[in-house]
Amino acid sequence: MSYHFEFSWLLQYYPQILKGILITLELIAIGGVLGISLGIICAWTRALGPAWLKPVVAGYVELIRNTPFLIQLFFIFFGLPSLGLQLDELTAANIAMVVNLGAYSCEIIRAGIQATPRGQFEAGASLAMTPFETFRHVVLVPSLQRIWPALSSQVVIVMLGSSVVSQIAAEDLTFAANFIQSRTFRAFEAYIVSTAIYLVLAILLRQVLGILGRVIFPGRLAR
Amino acid sequence: MIEFTTWDIIRNLLLATRWTVLLSLVSFVGGGTAGLLLLFLRISKRKALRGFARYYIELFQGTPLLMQLFIAFFGLGLFGIDVPAWLAAGLALILWTASFLAEIWRGCVEAVAKGQWEASASLGMGRFQQMRYIILPQALKVAIPPTVGFSVQVVKGTALTSIIGFVELSKAGTVVTNATFQPFTIYGLVALIYFALCWPLSKSSQILERKLNVAHRNH
Repeated sequence: MSYHFEFSWLLQYYPQILKGILITLELIAIGGVLGISLGIICAWTRALGPAWLKPVVAGYVELIRNTPFLIQLFFIFFGLPSLGLQLDELTAANIAMVVNLGAYSCEIIRAGIQATPRGQFEAGASLAMTPFETFRHVVLVPSLQRIWPALSSQVVIVMLGSSVVSQIAAEDLTFAANFIQSRTFRAFEAYIVSTAIYLVLAILLRQVLGILGRVIFPGRLAR
Repeated sequence: MIEFTTWDIIRNLLLATRWTVLLSLVSFVGGGTAGLLLLFLRISKRKALRGFARYYIELFQGTPLLMQLFIAFFGLGLFGIDVPAWLAAGLALILWTASFLAEIWRGCVEAVAKGQWEASASLGMGRFQQMRYIILPQALKVAIPPTVGFSVQVVKGTALTSIIGFVELSKAGTVVTNATFQPFTIYGLVALIYFALCWPLSKSSQILERKLNVAHRNH
């Protein structure tokens, strides 16, 4: 093999890489918080919400879970402007991630809610809690704690999936790698380095979510 | 400019869907075979083999599929091989699928009661015989629903191969959009075709899981 690996360009392009990392982190931070919130609302609707809204949410969840993220992104970024909704690439990327994570986390949270014993609802009602209060204090928090590991994995999957947003020119880490690749023609090095960064980000994100879980649900017994 | 009728658009998209289906099948079968091998390594008695499989799985599950595709596409070229997009796409998807299936199946193997290992060992069975005759047949039952469920991820994963230039459903969608300037309709249709491919798989995975749960409850 006559190819010589050359990593010295890293120094020269570190602002691009750093910016890419920050945008990837920003996307997953916004997407994570809003996506899980959307998931909670949808899970509430499917479990206890008004009857007419349930099939709507079910349709949304099935549609998102059975189509590729890339197509959802293209539909939002290229398709919606023809309805008069012009979005810049970062907004489109953010919306796509929220919509995507919302559907997945809805299913995960719903599984947690379904695992709540019936008696918990009745116990809440017997303490004169409104259905909303029961849901908020008695059902939701233990459910979230139960499914927190699954939810964390899903957030990591969405973070890794966000590399696709480079395709609508959102300047994330993959965009930086593509940029460097087109400037230096050192494709292999550019992609190896960014892949390694993604791996580190995934491991760190998993750790952060684990710590976050312990902070949000302190002192609760498992199950 | 050539005018495209709706039928032209749908026909073009459906023709490209063949490649999505073919690539999904290749990835799933290839990834299943490689995943089985990886499963044997992952539960091997040798520490080095177990470690290798663990790091392999961590690496492929901890990095974006898109990056794996880029590395397969550009990286193999370094060895002087002229890599066509379909080869890079197939290779990356097989390796990626293997990492997920191996981990899913490991869970299923571990769900088999420990006594089964001990009982088969007491009959003088070797490691391979234990797996072949005792453990895998029992693990298989538990493994089917999540495996079918994961096939949906494979079908959706093939959409990324459009980025390295493999012409399948997503790429065809982009090409047709560029020719007709109707992104809303076309990406909507593309999404519907993916849905038509994936939804039956998701649904059957759910039904199989429910059946399995019922079977377990009757024990």
